[in-house]
Amino acid sequence: MTKNPIMLFIHKTGSPGYFYWLSGKMIPWLWAAFFIFAAWGLYQGLFVAPTDYLQGESYRIIYIHVASAWMSMMIYGIMAVMGFIALVWHIRIAEILMISSAPIGAAFTIIALATGSLWGKPTWGTYWVWDARLTSELVLLFLYLGILGLHAAIEEPRKAARAVALLAIVGIVNLPIIHFSVKWWNTLHQGSTINLAGESTIDISMLVPMLVMAIATKFFYGAVLLSRARVLLLTQDLKKQWAARTIKNPGVKP
Amino acid sequence: MNNSFIALLRRDFLMILRNKSEWLQPLFFLVVVVSLFPLGLGPGPTLLARIAPGVIWIAALLASVLSLDQLFRSDYEDGSLEQLMLGNQSLSLLVFAKLLAHWLTTGLPIIALSPLLAVWLNLPMEAFPTLVKSLILGTPVLTLVGGIGAALTVGLRGGGQLLALLVFPLLVPILIFATMGVSAVAGGMEASAHMGLMFAYLIMSLTLAPFACAAALRISIS
Repeated sequence: MTKNPIMLFIHKTGSPGYFYWLSGKMIPWLWAAFFIFAAWGLYQGLFVAPTDYLQGESYRIIYIHVASAWMSMMIYGIMAVMGFIALVWHIRIAEILMISSAPIGAAFTIIALATGSLWGKPTWGTYWVWDARLTSELVLLFLYLGILGLHAAIEEPRKAARAVALLAIVGIVNLPIIHFSVKWWNTLHQGSTINLAGESTIDISMLVPMLVMAIATKFFYGAVLLSRARVLLLTQDLKKQWAARTIKNPGVKP
Repeated sequence: MNNSFIALLRRDFLMILRNKSEWLQPLFFLVVVVSLFPLGLGPGPTLLARIAPGVIWIAALLASVLSLDQLFRSDYEDGSLEQLMLGNQSLSLLVFAKLLAHWLTTGLPIIALSPLLAVWLNLPMEAFPTLVKSLILGTPVLTLVGGIGAALTVGLRGGGQLLALLVFPLLVPILIFATMGVSAVAGGMEASAHMGLMFAYLIMSLTLAPFACAAALRISIS
């Protein structure tokens, strides 16, 4: 019996019944945090932050666009990490979380692409250009579609999860190379305005709402991810004891 | 050198060679796809010269990735793939032998045919060596990275299109490096940087892809 509290937590959440109970407790809090952050961030971003002297009001789309683009990349990274955990330690919850992340990541990618092209029309004068960042975001969407396609093609759920895990890891190895090759190929997108090292070129009054939105989308992701994972877990385990117990009296700690 | 590696390479090579349709079909496919471009875009020689590197490379990519669907299929269907996996030989090495056999029968003929296609598309003479060089460095990558996709989709219905969906995004860098390099030389510039990056990518896939491929097979057949 392990005494290490961290290991204990990992082993406990690895059990489907406990995960189901714990995630059920977390979801309302995640939604609440999302609504608070998003309300404040959107209000500040859309009404309070100053108008850009060059791009006018259209720049305000960044409060959705940047957060979505960050999420699209972060979720792919999370999938790869979960995939690694699933392949090495055979932890089923990691498989479930990885699979449940894929549609959310794909949706964020589509939102980033759509808002980007809407912003491109007034700024660049066209909805779509084969610019480096747009193109690597598009390739990222294709990677997500490949993962969803592979998962849909394999019937046995655990085998599908392991295949997807391997594909996600191969993808994450390639992703930086794809990014830099495309960047070299063509660049029109404005350069990074937010740099962790060194000076950011965005005003603080515009930056803060954007970061708040970035935090808000993380809570959104957490809430949606856990909801999806719960449903997936329950449908896969419908014939197991813990599922029957949970359905009979939901909300009771196992 | 490992005996089982040589034996499997020999077996696969001979099997593909004796089944003419298996190695001739990708080549015919390549030629037909390339010939569609002048028919669709008009026979203007300057336009064709400009798009030649991209057209030849995209056709080579399609031809070799679509032929990869067959890589493990027949061995999977008659059960010999399981026998290979049950043996005590390193699966990565055996997979590498199969990939090498595929490249020898698909990649090499494509390279040999490429100058002919370049003449068709009016590519400037001085870019020919770079085109061949880019294919020598790039076609093994198509086979190696494509092999991971083939291993993941073995035994699935409609594997061919899924394989393409999985693999094409991963092959974007190689397509970019190759076509930019050939175009650079056709425009009178240097391509050593492009070829260097392709070589790096080749080394990376040579060292990593056989392991990923073997791991994928273990997942698919379990």
